[in-house]
Amino acid sequence: MATQPDEVQAALSRRYTAGFVTDIETDSLPPGLDEGVVRAISARKGEPEWMTEWRLAAYRRWLTMKQPDWAHVNLAPIDYQAISYYSAPKNQPKSLAEVDPKILEAYDKLGVPLHERARLAGVAVDAVFDSVSVATTAREQLSKVGVIFCSMSEAIREHGDLVRQYLGSVVPQGDNFFAALNSAVFSDGSFVFIPKGVRCPMELSTYFRINAGHTGQFERTLIIAEEDAVVSYLEGCTAPMRDNNQLHAAVVELVAMDRANIKYSTVQNWYPGDENGKGGVYNLVTKRGDCRGADSRITWTQVETGSAITWKYPSVILRGDRSVGEFHSVALTNHYQQADTGTKMIHIGRDTKSKIVSKGISAGKSQASYRGLVKVEKGAVNARNHTRCDSILIGKRCSSHTFPYMEIKNPTAIVEHEATTSKISDDQLFYCRSRGIGEEDAVSMIVDGFCKQVFRELPMEFAVEAKKLLEVSLEGAIG
Amino acid sequence: MLKIENLHARIAGKEILKGLSLEVNPGEVHAIMGPNGAGKSTLGNVLAGRPGYEVTAGSVSYDGRDLLTLEPEVRAAAGVFLAFQYPVEIPGVNNTYFLRAALNAQRKARGEEELDSMQFLKLVRGKVKDMGMPPDLLNRAVNEGFSGGEKKRNEVFQMALLEPRLAVLDETDSGLDIDALKQVADGVNALRSPDRAFVVITHYQRLLDYIVPDFVHVLSAGRIVESGDATLARELEAHGYAWVREQAHAEAQA
Ligand SMILES: Nc1ncnc2c1ncn2[C@@H]1O[C@H](COP(=O)(O)OP(=O)(O)O)[C@@H](O)[C@H]1O
Ligand SMILES: [Mg+2]
Repeated sequence: MATQPDEVQAALSRRYTAGFVTDIETDSLPPGLDEGVVRAISARKGEPEWMTEWRLAAYRRWLTMKQPDWAHVNLAPIDYQAISYYSAPKNQPKSLAEVDPKILEAYDKLGVPLHERARLAGVAVDAVFDSVSVATTAREQLSKVGVIFCSMSEAIREHGDLVRQYLGSVVPQGDNFFAALNSAVFSDGSFVFIPKGVRCPMELSTYFRINAGHTGQFERTLIIAEEDAVVSYLEGCTAPMRDNNQLHAAVVELVAMDRANIKYSTVQNWYPGDENGKGGVYNLVTKRGDCRGADSRITWTQVETGSAITWKYPSVILRGDRSVGEFHSVALTNHYQQADTGTKMIHIGRDTKSKIVSKGISAGKSQASYRGLVKVEKGAVNARNHTRCDSILIGKRCSSHTFPYMEIKNPTAIVEHEATTSKISDDQLFYCRSRGIGEEDAVSMIVDGFCKQVFRELPMEFAVEAKKLLEVSLEGAIG
Repeated sequence: MLKIENLHARIAGKEILKGLSLEVNPGEVHAIMGPNGAGKSTLGNVLAGRPGYEVTAGSVSYDGRDLLTLEPEVRAAAGVFLAFQYPVEIPGVNNTYFLRAALNAQRKARGEEELDSMQFLKLVRGKVKDMGMPPDLLNRAVNEGFSGGEKKRNEVFQMALLEPRLAVLDETDSGLDIDALKQVADGVNALRSPDRAFVVITHYQRLLDYIVPDFVHVLSAGRIVESGDATLARELEAHGYAWVREQAHAEAQA
């Protein structure tokens, strides 16, 4: 009856509700990677030659690089020849009306209805199923105000100049091993362009779903906010339960011009593997925002409960004077999950500010690491950073680590770092129980309170979603 | 309603309660006094079911049920309440949310209808007013940033809301100024009723001027060494605990 940590661990079980497989016909490339495969992907998507060449350059770059091993995770060697780099539903729809009903049903089950009747009010959705975008909703309404929101494939075909101008301008091809791989083989993703002075009239959202087995998902997202533009964007992700590990290596680039404001939120619920650490998604992602203009602002908010391995550091380059970068994160790991996540704030302009709030929750035998870099360049007069990093441990066999790095080259900088680690205290738990609240409800209540600061940053509908997600992830966390 | 017989309990392998017996009937107020380290909080914790305490002998029955086999939340639903000596902070958890979850969990366990948020708000606002609590209490996180006195008053406030049948108050008076002390006593007195009982643990006689007990017990070294009526508290105040210990010692020798 007592809440001994061992019992806590023994009872740790989680049910992954997004773990179903949709049975549809697909057009997939056989596993393996070489220049022919890169060309085949480009050809399948009807890309112009400059794009094919861009991919090939990235591929050649990738061949010279090595998979990094410095993250605090045990990443088994990945056999890049065993992965299929392209999988698409066979009947590619031209419009929402042509989308395979089975796919619509899959999104319904995930709580992201795409059809007109049931759609979330005030949210436009781009749905990416395996390698390709299957539907983008609410487009007409957006195009009236000049906002472009479409799949990356379409953007390459229809808005080639914009893509060419910005693609790789924030995350260059050779930035890191996974970014290079993504640049070579990315299959789809979302493209957003908000013109000067436009405040995007609705939340934009992309929903990524890995369905096919033995498939890597390599999506590429590019968001451009011109002068005075404002946009809030949210991505959600799930994958079926499979025994083998699936690779997800995405690249997200954000560009904010003068006084532009981009809010990018992620609710990530990739399949984390089972309670014995089998299967699950490797989530190896490069996300970076460039506050290119003065007084611009980029905010990353993430709630991460999924993936077997997460390796992800959404960053902001504070180039414009007085620009502001924020990072708010909740990362929950359970069972054998490993997460190495954090952020980088690179201060270049004058009077730039950054704020980091990281909340790590570890249970089971999981490992959660926060890795954060605050860099203040020579010219960044009066840079300010505040970092707050809290971790909470549930049970005895999990661990949490904090790796703060600072590189300060300007003496006027003020950089503050606070870090706490606590156990879900037995005292708190008993206090709740003595008032009549059952153990599981007490745990999710305490964890929810711990995450409040970050949940406040999420768009309303998704804050509720995130809270529910944590509850599910903690289900049976205490026995 | 509560019958404790020859209770022995340990924490961390150390025996703290060494044969404690006590009987409490509905409507009664029992005061338990004793020096620091006597085992007063241990008694409260064992009654509320705090994990980590090991009962090695004796029994506790509550309404004829074996209290010791029940989970803490089950005891709460059955009407057992502990006002903590050191209430904990639960950062980020809103008080209103917490209290409603607690009350509804108890009601559900008892097979009563749960209150919706409107009903609950009405109830809780009324209690805030009755008890003279600051109105912003409901918007704050549970005990977060509360002063010592506020935390103690908040315990009594929770008690008033949850309306337990057996309330154990663990040094709810310590650290309070005289006004706060009176507010706490008023809160308790308002709840006194023929079917509700109180065990008031205190280090000082002062509280008992305001909450007049039916019985006073002296707990020393894990046992009740002396019982009497309200006048015992005054004798203790005059002579100190050393006097009780001497008496107990003398008795043991005799
Ligand atoms: N968690 C614990 N681990 C070890 N010893 C404890 C613990 N809690 C209390 N004790 C010891 O038990 C004895 C009784 O404590 P307590 O019941 O809190 O006394 P009181 O409330 O009468 O001051 C003390 O000697 C105290 O040090
Ligand atoms: Mg005590």
